[in-house]
Amino acid sequence: QHGHGPYQPHEPGYGLYQPGYSPYDDQIPDPKSRMLAIQNAKAYLLKSSTTSGLNLYDHLANMLTKILDEQPANAVDIIENISKDVKWAQFQKKMDTLRDEHEILPTFEAAEKHKALFLRANGEGDEELEEEIGETPLPNVMETAFYFEQAGIGLSKDEFYHIFLALKKLISVQPIQTCRFWGKILGLEMNYIIAEVQYHEGEEEEETEEEEVIEEGGKGMGEVEDEDEKKEDEPPKSTYKPPPVIPKEENGTGANKYVYFVCNEPGKPWVKLPPVTPAQIVCARKIKKFFTGRLDAPVVSFPPFPGNEANYLRAQIARISAGTQISPIGFYQFAEEEGDEEEEEGGGRDTYEENPDFQPLSVAEMVGSLSAWVHHGQSILNQGRCVWLNPFQKSEEEEEDDEEEEKAEEPNELQQEIGPPLLTPLSEDEGIQNIPAWTAEASTNLIPQYAVAILQSNRWPGAYAFASGRKFDNIYFGWGHKYSPENHIPALPPPVQAEYPSGPEIAETRDPTLEEELAFKAAREEALAAAEEEEDEEDVDEDEEDEDDD
Amino acid sequence: MEAASLPAALELAAGGGAGLSPEKRAVLGASLLLLQRDYRFERVWFWGCIRGVRGAYYIAEGLGPDRAAPRSRLYSLNCVEWSLLPPVTEEMVAQAEQLKGRFQGDPSFEYEYTEINAEDAERLFEDGKEPMIKEESRLVATIEQIDKAVGIIPRGAFVKTPLGSVRENRNFEGLSLTEAKKLSSYFHFTEPVNLKNKTLLEKADLDPSTDFLDSLEHDIPQGSWTVQLEKGGTVVVLRSLLWLGLTFYHVPMTKQYGYVYFGTGEKNLDLPFML
Repeated sequence: QHGHGPYQPHEPGYGLYQPGYSPYDDQIPDPKSRMLAIQNAKAYLLKSSTTSGLNLYDHLANMLTKILDEQPANAVDIIENISKDVKWAQFQKKMDTLRDEHEILPTFEAAEKHKALFLRANGEGDEELEEEIGETPLPNVMETAFYFEQAGIGLSKDEFYHIFLALKKLISVQPIQTCRFWGKILGLEMNYIIAEVQYHEGEEEEETEEEEVIEEGGKGMGEVEDEDEKKEDEPPKSTYKPPPVIPKEENGTGANKYVYFVCNEPGKPWVKLPPVTPAQIVCARKIKKFFTGRLDAPVVSFPPFPGNEANYLRAQIARISAGTQISPIGFYQFAEEEGDEEEEEGGGRDTYEENPDFQPLSVAEMVGSLSAWVHHGQSILNQGRCVWLNPFQKSEEEEEDDEEEEKAEEPNELQQEIGPPLLTPLSEDEGIQNIPAWTAEASTNLIPQYAVAILQSNRWPGAYAFASGRKFDNIYFGWGHKYSPENHIPALPPPVQAEYPSGPEIAETRDPTLEEELAFKAAREEALAAAEEEEDEEDVDEDEEDEDDD
Repeated sequence: MEAASLPAALELAAGGGAGLSPEKRAVLGASLLLLQRDYRFERVWFWGCIRGVRGAYYIAEGLGPDRAAPRSRLYSLNCVEWSLLPPVTEEMVAQAEQLKGRFQGDPSFEYEYTEINAEDAERLFEDGKEPMIKEESRLVATIEQIDKAVGIIPRGAFVKTPLGSVRENRNFEGLSLTEAKKLSSYFHFTEPVNLKNKTLLEKADLDPSTDFLDSLEHDIPQGSWTVQLEKGGTVVVLRSLLWLGLTFYHVPMTKQYGYVYFGTGEKNLDLPFML
């Protein structure tokens, strides 16, 4: 009823709006008009702004709601900021606390990696371009791809180009003298892209300490004896001696002639594979397993493979290379004499070089006869090495220490293994049953002038080679297994080993029968009787009666 | 794979290193069309290539209005001239399963039975037939086995009409990326075997128009398919480990899919040891 006045002295507004001096005094004389005035004021406040569409009433309501909700400290000091915030919030969408994350598809990441291949490294100026155009170990992958494509072999052009760039990256990082795209091996989860490289002489990094190959250990040597116990009670010691470990070949020779790098996809970093040991090759010949695509995956098999998937992969690559790396005859020739060519072990020559006088044969000749091709990959012996090594050579010093019975036989048993020498023609390759080892055909019969000679291996399905004029190459696309028309038979476990040799001291003898016992007793009696000459015959009778009671 | 999309499809399925030379690709474009005209097929599929020791067979299949009906199969040695293969019989399949080793590459080559039961030999001798089998029969039996065992399609690509015939689904827009990585999104394109063994609860979820085939989930042995993303994750490639050489590709969220066989035509019986 009183409205706004009169203010008491303690109220703010005291002194303002003195009756009769309020600005609206003349306009608001009585209550009814006051209501009207309030409505007018409210209507004024609700008027929308022409520029922003907001109205003061709503804005003030929002602002006060926000202040009452949040209860900030010193609201009166930040009131202008609060007002600005409320206005700003008008233009923001109401966001849920749960937002749909943009699906980061793995495709985008892979695309990033591929794009990275195409970017030139920073800081490469034009001067470096000239360097690159000179002698480079980078192989012309696209050229190889073209020739293989004529036979319908190969990956898509995109993939080849990515591999090309990935190889270029590899070369820029490692000190590599020669490099070749070896091929692609498929796996369960991921595939492997393999590059075959040779380091510069002397630039090869020293291998870090490799884990020792875990061999089959000998049987336990008996329990630890206390010194107090008598030595006679010891169980017999095992006479098992594990076969000697055949050392792997040096890096740069034999099965380890090349170093292999693998990656799962072009764009991913290249990983170097460890050198291969003969034990791994021997075991790899007995098992047949798919690759998973992860280098650290274990290889669960029987006989147990000494290593993980990286070693198995390396062993298969070594076998494939040894069996299927071929070249047209005459392309490679043996190097000129460099002193001792004949090794002590009787191995053949193991180095070759390009023949500058190579005359390429025509495609028809290359396809028609297998003797126009030769292996330039050294074959691996049964031992697992390319050059045979007698593991007992060093045992001469030990012979004096060990018992001669055991050692004397063994060195004579091992025959030296000899494999086919390097650069043997393919016509010497054995086929499997009635299938020749290689299938040769020309890429096209319609245009023989420009045909390419293609060879497909039947022993290692997936290994191909082409030759056209002076160019040739080998490649592998496959799962990494040898062909066998018979089903794979896993090795059986070895027979149970004898615990200890049986001899009379531990063998159980037969219990004597009654006749033998009687005979023995009779013999003993005779001996007694003979010894006691003074004995009467009555004693003998008594003994006989006693025996009947027994 | 569809003859019409052959070039693109070969690019997508080339991850395994097998493909066709440009000469074959060029001639296939024309000769498959002519096949369609001559035999009045509605669709022609390039099935793949079986490599023999001395030559290779290129195989094409023709489909009629019902896509699930038995298909006509044709083979060629040079992709130019095609010969129709005889329809497959159970006897052919049984005989071919006993043969081992590579194909020779000559369709009139005759295999001799070296390892058959004494009873079979007697039976055959009584019939007056010699125990020989021609490579042609082995070829058609092998193709039938491969199609039956590992010929696959994505789920939803084909629909069964109320009348029972099977046609392509024009509303199929492709599987999503997550779906494409699961084996249950792919079906064997052959008579279903396990469908009736599903529980009622499972059957209630099925859509009879699209889920009328066996999925790959319950294939024996488990793990006989590899699923990989290739080309930077844009193509889903399934490879069979039972018949090495069968490659199925699909670009997610598009209508591109198909399977092709490039191999020696031998079943991988060592599979359980190799996994």
